Amino acid sequence: MALIRITSPHAHRPGNTGSVMLTVLMATLPGLAAMTFFFGWGTLIQVLWGSLLAIALEAACVKLRQRPISFYLTDYSALVTAVLLGLALPPFAPWWVMSVGIIVAIIIAKQLYGGMGSNPFNPAMVAYALLLVSFPVQMTSWAGPFMMNGDGWAVVSLGDTLSAIFGTAGAAVDAHTMATPLDIMRHRDGFTTEEMWVENALLANGIGAWHAVSAAYFMGGIFLLYKKIFTWHTPVAMLASLTLLATLSYMLMPDQYPDPFFHLTTGATMLGAFFIATDPVTSATSNKGKLWFGAGIGLLVFVIRTWGNYPDAVAFAILLMNLCAPFIDQYTQPRSYGHAKPNRGMK
Amino acid sequence: MKNTIRVHQFHGGIHPPENKKQSTGAPITQAPLPSRIILPLQQHIGLPADPIVKVGDHVLKGQRVAEAIGRISANIHASISGTVVAIGPHPVPHMSGMDADCIVIESDGQDQWIEHQGLENYTELTKPELIEYIRQAGVAGMGGAGFPTDVKLHLGDDHIVNTLIINAAECEPYITADDMLMRERADEILGGIEIIAHLLKPLHIMVGIEDNKPQAIRALHDALDKSHLNLDIVITPTKYPSGGEKQLIKLLTGVEVPSGKIPADVGIVCQNVGTTTAVYRAVIQGEPLISRIITVTGESAAHKQNYEVRIGTPIADLLNLANVNRQQMQRLIIGGPMMGITVTNEQIPVIKTTNCLIAASINEMPPQPPAQACIRCGMCEQVCPAELLPQQLYWFAKGKEFEKARHHNLFDCIECGACSYVCPSNIPLVQYYRFAKAEIRKEDDEQRKADHARLRFEARLARLERDKIEKEERRKQRAIEAAAAQAAKKDAAFSKAASATTSSTNTTVPDLKQLKSNAAIARTKLRKAEKALTNAQSKGLDGIETLQATLKQLQLKSDQAEKAYTDAQNAPSPIAAPETDLKQLKSNAAIARTKLKKAEKQLATAEASGEGDIEALKTQVTALQAKSAEAEQAYQDAENGTNTANAAIDTSALETEIATLQAKVNKAESAWKAAVESASPAAEKMAAGVDKLKDKLKDLQDELDKSRSVAQPTVTTIDTSALETEIATLQAKVNKAESAWKAAVESASPAAEKMAAGVEKLKGKLKDLQDELVQKSGNQSAQPAPDAEPAVIDLKALKQQVSIMRTKLKKAEKQLNELPEGEDNTPLVAEIEALRARHDKAKATFDAAEAEKIAAAASEGIDLKQLKIDAALARAAVTKAERALSKAEDDSKQPLETELLTIRAKAEQLNATLERFSN
Repeated sequence: MALIRITSPHAHRPGNTGSVMLTVLMATLPGLAAMTFFFGWGTLIQVLWGSLLAIALEAACVKLRQRPISFYLTDYSALVTAVLLGLALPPFAPWWVMSVGIIVAIIIAKQLYGGMGSNPFNPAMVAYALLLVSFPVQMTSWAGPFMMNGDGWAVVSLGDTLSAIFGTAGAAVDAHTMATPLDIMRHRDGFTTEEMWVENALLANGIGAWHAVSAAYFMGGIFLLYKKIFTWHTPVAMLASLTLLATLSYMLMPDQYPDPFFHLTTGATMLGAFFIATDPVTSATSNKGKLWFGAGIGLLVFVIRTWGNYPDAVAFAILLMNLCAPFIDQYTQPRSYGHAKPNRGMK
Repeated sequence: MKNTIRVHQFHGGIHPPENKKQSTGAPITQAPLPSRIILPLQQHIGLPADPIVKVGDHVLKGQRVAEAIGRISANIHASISGTVVAIGPHPVPHMSGMDADCIVIESDGQDQWIEHQGLENYTELTKPELIEYIRQAGVAGMGGAGFPTDVKLHLGDDHIVNTLIINAAECEPYITADDMLMRERADEILGGIEIIAHLLKPLHIMVGIEDNKPQAIRALHDALDKSHLNLDIVITPTKYPSGGEKQLIKLLTGVEVPSGKIPADVGIVCQNVGTTTAVYRAVIQGEPLISRIITVTGESAAHKQNYEVRIGTPIADLLNLANVNRQQMQRLIIGGPMMGITVTNEQIPVIKTTNCLIAASINEMPPQPPAQACIRCGMCEQVCPAELLPQQLYWFAKGKEFEKARHHNLFDCIECGACSYVCPSNIPLVQYYRFAKAEIRKEDDEQRKADHARLRFEARLARLERDKIEKEERRKQRAIEAAAAQAAKKDAAFSKAASATTSSTNTTVPDLKQLKSNAAIARTKLRKAEKALTNAQSKGLDGIETLQATLKQLQLKSDQAEKAYTDAQNAPSPIAAPETDLKQLKSNAAIARTKLKKAEKQLATAEASGEGDIEALKTQVTALQAKSAEAEQAYQDAENGTNTANAAIDTSALETEIATLQAKVNKAESAWKAAVESASPAAEKMAAGVDKLKDKLKDLQDELDKSRSVAQPTVTTIDTSALETEIATLQAKVNKAESAWKAAVESASPAAEKMAAGVEKLKGKLKDLQDELVQKSGNQSAQPAPDAEPAVIDLKALKQQVSIMRTKLKKAEKQLNELPEGEDNTPLVAEIEALRARHDKAKATFDAAEAEKIAAAASEGIDLKQLKIDAALARAAVTKAERALSKAEDDSKQPLETELLTIRAKAEQLNATLERFSN
């Protein structure tokens, strides 16, 4: 056999980018299962529909860019984008909402920038932010968990869900939609937090669903940490800064602000901390940088949730910090071996 | 087995499959005698060796066939007996697959040794002799880089070596050569370590070994039990690249080698475990480095094991020996899978640094899949042992943003390959770094060349400008002379007519007058024009620009006229005459020399080609020679005359110069210190600059001393007060340095060791001065008893003693400080007292001994200090010349080599004298 000439190293750890993405997809399964269990078939349908669209669009773009299609599709990054967007959208959002979202995510936020690895912003979050600004009605009518439906353990049937998403029979599920806890908290019209819970006895009853979903995302995140897909720095920094601010404000004015546990277990906090802020392409590079990056997200989440116009803030916070990542990188180089202190700034 | 030493950690690292078990099943086997060996002239870092055999020569096993050139180089010996059949290019183990010069020897089948003999007691040799002995044996680092071992053994000369580290980590997968060597030849290893320790005199010896070699560890421990050597075997966790020099140092000592420095700068010397056996064999058995242990492994090798192989054996022989299935072998690697190189030619020989051959199958090392896009996942960053940001470096290399790459410490990358190993996108990261490094080096090189060209261009412009001015001057001079001649003629005619009256008036007077009036006229014109301009400006008239231009022109003219006048006034000054004369003479001599050279060259060409009128040329040359000698003589005479006259002036000028230079030195030093504090990479360069300035200063001072002694050769009164002042200053410096050092020790800064060395040096200087003072003030009264026999005192040993004592004392004091309050500290205090007494005693002995040495030297009329400086300067000159030689083009090498030989001879002579007094 002819000998080949190649430079070192000659050994390589098995696996590739595709296997990293598949691990991330695997880690989303507990969250997906919890969403389906508590909120019905909607999320699963959104995820499947989004994935289908994302793969098709990614293939088309790669084809247009005259690159080998299967090589690029098997990195599964489009799939991850679709699944994350599917998990973030309201379960009964109409099909065209998801379609617009995927088109924005895959074509504008990713491929136009040069494909995987070259996008400055997280594609799923770009799409989510755009949808939230453009279609506030569809984006804020969230499904209620089955405990709040009043008819026992039943969730909206598969048929009803399908017709709500793909048909025009939106009315079939109207009875089952509600505002998210964060939304309720945001628009409580002068009630104190205490009064809010009394006023919304139903919500107090069903808040457990959101807690459970958050716990599922948390488990997925722990799995990814164990698999060393990312380091602990970003999620820990984000959750820590959010907890710190929430605790401080809650201690000062418990009537005005929700407790830190509420902040951590509602909205997209856990999904954001473990699945979106950790997107390596768009986050800071060094360990120190990731700490700043995560802490910035936590801060922005708290600020926007408390004083902003939108009930949840994870998407905006992450996009804003994506913007800062290159700057953070300049000032958070690690101290290299044999150097007294780290280099800073740019040359 | 447990460690007694705390093992530190280095950042990152990976755990690739070890694949070591395959090749440790069988003991080391002697490879059969090769029928042919190929010895590359460069198997080490540094200059390639120079062949000293010819094609057709018969050589014996162990005979030197190529000799080291320069300080960093290594001898090469025949590893078999036979006939030299070729000296020329042959494929060698190199990443690029290039050819290089090799000596090819055909075996005579006798395998006959050259006469050789080890040293019975190597401690009888002086240190330089013993190191030379090792150098003769061609020992170079066997761990991978192949750095000539003798150079590292000399490190004790100008560095203080506290720690000797033996690198037995062998962290690369597959390789088991060191492992098997330790299992089977632990005694030789310890013997080698003993020799190296004898030379470097470290305070602490450590052997760093990974915990995946339990048998080797046991063998070392067993051998250690029988030896009187005092060393620590430190077991480190298995992690690649713990065998990297910098990483092992961090693991064992917790100290980081500063970027751009060598371990010796922090008091550490590393040697590979294989090198220790080579040293042992060289010294004890007198065998040069002609064989080594090589692991032959890989899936396509049937017998995976270690062989002892003659250096120069073609790889093909080894592959046959291990029964490698050529059909299956798809990648042939020299070295390990992480940093090894692939080769495609089986005729490539084994060299001193070859530790492993991997005949890999396609399943074992499948071709790397095409690279995917970098997702900046940062896995590379987590494993980088140099704590870099590999993914950032990758983007910079890819985008050719080399400045940014450098800013991200690209040059601290050790190319270990850990980042490429973990990269999920299969990006060949190390290749990108190699590319970027090469590009940056190329750019730097081009920049240097451009700078050089610019300097040359500027110098040329300046020269042309000067020539022009000189030409102009000469023309003017001629004009003046012509005018003078004219005037003289007129004068003569006039005096003839009106009989001799006052013909002796200065001939330049009319000229001067003329010039003066010229100047006056120009000034008037200028003033007029100025007035016109102001007028125009105030009234806002047109044509201001024209006026301004005119004014400028007039200004110029006026200046010129003025200058011509002053020049003419100053020109005939008789006081300046001797000086101009001297210059003129010098240039005359130079011109004569040039002419002579030109003529000689012409003659040589003519002779060579047999054309032209050789006879005529010869006559011309003789004539020119005479002329040149005459001119030279005239110049010399003149100069001597001036010199004696100017001696007094000279010294004062020199003094001013020295003062200026001293100020410069001070400034440079403070800048350097600032740089060191901010850990700027320029510090090193600055240090070199400071040294250079200091050298210059020294030269000047020497010159001053010389000229002073010329000026007042009879003055014998010794200026002790000056010396005393100097001593006081130095004492203050020492105190300052010591307190800085203490602060560093307290803050556990890694620079402490370095500082300690600096303090030591300063103290030494202080001592020298004090001795000098004592000697000078004592000189007048009593001469030291001349009957004292030349004391045989080992100064170094005494110094060592003092430093050991000091270390012990410091340690005890530290212990005392760290003692929790309330505990009984009396025993410690007592111990410290005792130690201090011992330390003081040792110091006193040392001081006395040193003073005696200096006195002894002085009694023979040698200033030891001066001698030391001279020797150091000579050594520096040798290094410089070597460097110049290595950089020189082929055609200009000859004169450089001759020069180098002369300088080296001088340096050796000085060293020998110095050796006589300092050992």
